[in-house]
Amino acid sequence: MSYGVVLVPSTSHAIRAERVCHLAGLKVKLIPTPRQLSSNCGTALRFDWEERETVEQVLRANKVDYDEVHQLEW
Amino acid sequence: MIYFDNAATSWPKPPGVTEAMVHFLEKVGANPGRSGHRPSVEAGRIVYDAREAVAELFHAPDPLRIVFGANATEALNLALRGLLRPGDHVVTSSMEHNSVMRPLRALEEQGVSLTVVPCSPQGFLSPPDLEGALRPETKLIVLNHASNVVGSLLPVREAGQIARRHGCLLLVDAAQTAGDYPIDVQTEYIDLLAFTGHKALGGPMGTGGLVIGERVPVDELEPLKRGGTGSRSEHEEQPDFLPDKCEAGTPNAVGLAGLAAGARWVLETGVEHIRAHEVRLTQQLIDGLREIPGVTVYGGLDATRQTAVVSFNVAGLEPSEVGLRLDEEYDIMCRVGLHCAPAAHRTIGTFPTGTVRFGLSYFNTPEEVETALEAVRAIARANK
Repeated sequence: MSYGVVLVPSTSHAIRAERVCHLAGLKVKLIPTPRQLSSNCGTALRFDWEERETVEQVLRANKVDYDEVHQLEW
Repeated sequence: MIYFDNAATSWPKPPGVTEAMVHFLEKVGANPGRSGHRPSVEAGRIVYDAREAVAELFHAPDPLRIVFGANATEALNLALRGLLRPGDHVVTSSMEHNSVMRPLRALEEQGVSLTVVPCSPQGFLSPPDLEGALRPETKLIVLNHASNVVGSLLPVREAGQIARRHGCLLLVDAAQTAGDYPIDVQTEYIDLLAFTGHKALGGPMGTGGLVIGERVPVDELEPLKRGGTGSRSEHEEQPDFLPDKCEAGTPNAVGLAGLAAGARWVLETGVEHIRAHEVRLTQQLIDGLREIPGVTVYGGLDATRQTAVVSFNVAGLEPSEVGLRLDEEYDIMCRVGLHCAPAAHRTIGTFPTGTVRFGLSYFNTPEEVETALEAVRAIARANK
């Protein structure tokens, strides 16, 4: 299964990202940032890689700043 | 006991506030935003809930542009000391609380120039007077939304329009209105809104914050303090983004859990509904006090143009004497004196004696107002 991980500046951003994605009906989950990824924040947003475009659209539409998006095999 | 000191801090708190704080302490407990484990994320969610509830109440588009702090005073200090530099000009009114006046007087010492626009003896500000005080170098207008002495509502929307026309920012001190008077930072052109959590928002003491609008240059906003944020931990410099830039150190998460519950209760009850009840009580109080021989009531005497705060004096008695008798003989709690607002008392003509102040809330009743009126009647009669 292929997952995506969005890295964000802070936990406040992570929680806002989770909230707006849930409101848009997306299945996302907050996880501790995987160790192999270098991030500013200990919490990251995990999503199904197939929904990558929608997730980024929703974040941009709600003006949630994020740093990077990575693809991970689970 | 009749509690009429809600303008200082509200009591009782709305249902659910205590429970939310107990829940945080007993079931969550962790430090928000510092770790990735579940209780820490849950604590972060609770703090975010407070941000979201407050944003909804004030119609602020982005919850992450709300910076939490200890109270309205801290928020006002952040805005004033964070934005004003020597050479800047700032305009305020003569009805301000010392939470605005003291930081401004200190900034004046450092080279910021200050204009205090006089208000009417009823505590109202004329928009043309305000506009006439602006200069090309004016950076900020700062006004309280309503006076903590007489409750008079200041024309913030007009001030916002004036600020836009002249290219400066508007900072509003909403200590006396947040939670029981409608506030819309977008349609009222409020660039910065300082609020406290422990008054009409129904939260505990030690909570408050600043709503930072899109027009405010965040890169020019100097934080009051720097320190750990849980983000960008590899850097020894403060993060440059909100809210972390201005939220160094572990937040009052248990207090914010209470604030979230209080603000949610306000949203569910409806600000207009809360306001309508308070307008009725306030007019009943004003009308009743005015009928008592020897009693002077201050302000506009029209509940629709003020908040649920009524200041008065009894001829021949010091405010402190009236307050003591109300407390000890009638079990009625109020606040007497200058209410941390010497400028406002000079404006309404009650400096340095001060006034007796009743501050009502949604939880007060017409029966309590009637009981208080009888008490003031008895005190005034005995003194004749």
